Amino acid sequence: MVLDARLVAVRPGPGTSGPADDDALAAVDGAVHSWDLSTGVDGPGTRFVLFTAGCPLRCLYCQNPDTWTERRGVRTSVADVMARVRRYRTLFDVTGGGVTVSGGEPLLQQRFTSTLLRACKAEGISTALDTSGALGVRADDATLADVDLTLLDVKCADPARYRRLTGGDLDPTLRFARRLAVLGRPTWVRYVLVPGWTDDVDEVAPLADFLAGLGVVERVDVLAFHRLGAAKYAALGIDYPLAQTPGPTIDSLEAVRDVFRGAGLAVT
Amino acid sequence: MTTTLDQQSTTGSPADPEADVPAAAPDPWRGFRGQAWRDTIDVRDFVLANVTPYEGDASFLSGPTARTTRLWDRVTALFPAERERGVLDVDTTTPSTITSHAPGYIDVEDEIVVGLQTDAPLRRAIMPNGGLRMVKDGCAAYGYTLDPDVERFYSAHRKTHNQGVFDAYTPAIRAARRAGIITGLPDAYGRGRIIGDYRRVALYGVDALVEVKRRERAGLDARPSLPDVVRDREELAEQVRALGELVEMAASYGCDVRRPARTAYEAVQWLYLAYLAACKEQNGAAMSLGRTSTFLDVYLERDLAAGLLTEERAQELVDDLVIKLRIVRFLRTPEYEALFSGDPTWVTESIGGMALDGRTLVTRTSFRYLQTLYDLGPAPEPNLTVLWSPALPQGFKDFCAQVSADTSAIQYENDDLLRAHHGDDTAIACCVSAMEVGRSMQFFGARVNLAKTLLYAINGGRDEITGEQVGPVLPPLEGDVLDADTVVERLDAMMDWLAATYVDALNVIHYMHDKYAYERLEMALHDYPVRRTMACGIAGLSVAADSLSAIRHASVRPVRDITGLVTDYLVDGDFPTYGNDDDTADDVAAWLVRTFMAKVRAQRTYRDAVATQSVLTITSNVVYGRHTGPTPDGRRGGEPFAPGANPMNGRDRHGLVAAALSVAKLPYEDALDGISLTATVTPSGLGRTREERVRGLVGILDGYTASGGFHLNVNVLDRATLLDAMEHPENYPQLTIRVSGYAVNFVRLTREQQLDVVNRTVHGEV
Repeated sequence: MVLDARLVAVRPGPGTSGPADDDALAAVDGAVHSWDLSTGVDGPGTRFVLFTAGCPLRCLYCQNPDTWTERRGVRTSVADVMARVRRYRTLFDVTGGGVTVSGGEPLLQQRFTSTLLRACKAEGISTALDTSGALGVRADDATLADVDLTLLDVKCADPARYRRLTGGDLDPTLRFARRLAVLGRPTWVRYVLVPGWTDDVDEVAPLADFLAGLGVVERVDVLAFHRLGAAKYAALGIDYPLAQTPGPTIDSLEAVRDVFRGAGLAVT
Repeated sequence: MTTTLDQQSTTGSPADPEADVPAAAPDPWRGFRGQAWRDTIDVRDFVLANVTPYEGDASFLSGPTARTTRLWDRVTALFPAERERGVLDVDTTTPSTITSHAPGYIDVEDEIVVGLQTDAPLRRAIMPNGGLRMVKDGCAAYGYTLDPDVERFYSAHRKTHNQGVFDAYTPAIRAARRAGIITGLPDAYGRGRIIGDYRRVALYGVDALVEVKRRERAGLDARPSLPDVVRDREELAEQVRALGELVEMAASYGCDVRRPARTAYEAVQWLYLAYLAACKEQNGAAMSLGRTSTFLDVYLERDLAAGLLTEERAQELVDDLVIKLRIVRFLRTPEYEALFSGDPTWVTESIGGMALDGRTLVTRTSFRYLQTLYDLGPAPEPNLTVLWSPALPQGFKDFCAQVSADTSAIQYENDDLLRAHHGDDTAIACCVSAMEVGRSMQFFGARVNLAKTLLYAINGGRDEITGEQVGPVLPPLEGDVLDADTVVERLDAMMDWLAATYVDALNVIHYMHDKYAYERLEMALHDYPVRRTMACGIAGLSVAADSLSAIRHASVRPVRDITGLVTDYLVDGDFPTYGNDDDTADDVAAWLVRTFMAKVRAQRTYRDAVATQSVLTITSNVVYGRHTGPTPDGRRGGEPFAPGANPMNGRDRHGLVAAALSVAKLPYEDALDGISLTATVTPSGLGRTREERVRGLVGILDGYTASGGFHLNVNVLDRATLLDAMEHPENYPQLTIRVSGYAVNFVRLTREQQLDVVNRTVHGEV
């Protein structure tokens, strides 16, 4: 894991230093779990995805229990992150990509995340924020102005079930969504289909109407629950509560997608 | 230069009812532009003067005609029996030459492009000039017996390449070869990787080519008859003879290739017959086709414009040519095929690219070649290779990415690098080996095992498996923990020995191949003099690089047996690994490439060939791994290497693009024979919709190319599909996957190779 978070092996050279004040960026650090270069799944184009460590939720289906606590991350400065991000500028240009801050929950480390987003924007790099919205209140309007695309993970439409599924409350996420609407910030919604938990189309319908009414939701990704994270639970010695839950059927995926589509949303 | 190449006036064949009417034959060059190509043999100039670049999308394409489907069905009906028995049939009595076999047909009524290697489809020929044992074992493996007369003749009267090589090998070479530190040498089979410029036969006709060869030969008359000159004269004489045999073979199919092709149909047919002649003469490890699509497009465009063809008929011609290219077969031994996976022939065709003048060389026929993967279904051959540049037209890029996502049957090479180093009439031989068509050729040199070399450095030249002293003796290694500087110093010394022994072996091999198995026809379709490269290669790069990184950044304790031989390693601590866009580790890999290349360059080469190297394993990464003990990176003994320049399986943890950017750091100028990366990505790892996947893959290819990456094999597959295909091969007869530099039918791999593919890093969305 230490190696997964490793960012520092960037040979100094043209393009690795930027216009931003690197001393200021060096002074802000955060707990980083890992990074990735992904294509087409964490926002448009090929993206540098930074996974921050620490999350206030404990979703039963979480694929990344190793990102739950900050102490599992490696303290990393924004300057170090930017040194790596800068080497992908060409890649971002040719693919229409950029930086996605994910987690864990990036807003748990609000100062680190907003400093990183600001630094990217200062250098003309497109940004995305992958969040549950549970801590949306921590992101001030200036930070949201630095986010070109919010990937909002709405985990469950029913408040009581949301609490049982995630350990948190649905309401902050809905309030955050309304703020994004007021501010006119482009948003992609993610919805993970977990059989027996989030596959009730009658529950999805009001959520779909709510999201459609926001006017900023450009698309909804309905993702299938899978158990590929099971090995991580075993390695961490944590019980995997959904170990016996199967993945959703194609039919139930399509049924839920149809509900979102029916509300007038673009669905993938 | 004079106008000696102007075609002679020719009349129709005697069977032609119009033959009595003189001057009825159309001018083969009617409507063509440009002059230089008329004065000298210069196909590149012809293409540049006449190309019609195509900037549009794929919507103009036609599907297969009923005739194409019918003919292809007849061929595919033969495949199950061939797959089951290993070969469909072998002609054990007729050593193959250009003229050895009577004409053969799939269905004489239904074929457009004619010509088979023997008298029946998929019937394999014997070619003992490379080595008798390969032929005997090849026959025996499939239940055939080599004709005793043939065996007697090649034992008593005719020496083979293989015999010549072993007459001249030194004990040092034999030991290195036996230990598997130098591997895959073409010392018992045809070296291949030579591309005849088959386009010349279509454009000029054989008579004009013979005339030029005669002049080249005469140009040597004034020079003293010393060995180099005598050899050149004899080779040129053999080239002329081979061209004559091509004329005879083509005539047996009713084609008069003495004169230039007059129509698109003739251009395809002439070009194919020239390629076929090469395949009848040589069982080369790779029998690549060159860069033919845009050349043929000039003829197709002319006939389309004249109303002689429709798009449907144009596609049908291309489909028919590709059917022929798909059934090229050679008799090889099961061991050979285990090394190279399946039954590869590397009929590599290079498509697309840009011209030095900034125009694209993408034409409608570039699309038509790729369309064959839909019209005939996916297949490993011909090895369709797109020369990629970010400057390619968007419509072509999108179509390539779509075909890749649908079929996994395309490989990509960086056209910007190729053009800068080899010009804009470059084609790929085999997987990643670039050569200027008709102007340069290579002496194929397989590769050395760099991971094993590192073990030799630690063990002072003793083999870690047998304990035998193979390399030079070094002082015993002191201490409980390996010291990085000491190991690097010893590795440097071991690489000196390896490079010298390796090039020594290659010099022997290519001297004997020229002497006993010279590629007469292929070389007749080259300029004289030709530029030669000595194409060396390295395997196990990621294992060697990670091992050095482990020794430097973690604690590696050698485990010794009773004789002091280090047979295992205990690794304590983390270390950066190659394949994560981490300069600390990637610099080690680049250093290895640079350092070994410098040592190879320091050697003298046969015929003053220019030394190059590749980072490519084809699929022999499995076999090399099997013959290599445990390594300091924690790899277990016998575990497969990663293929080509790939990061070690599972150690690239930051996604496909990060891995690709690590590979892109390897210096192409020190690996001019190519650097191979094979990547497997799940469909969802490229995007959520079909359009997004196309866009995602185009972006990856643009980004990788712009970063200096040389080659990319892309598989767009789920692991579940591969596992299901292992269990139910009958459901996946056409499942094609890219391995190192070419494609294979997945169901034809050995189980060990299938598992290797399945266990490789699959980049997905998790």
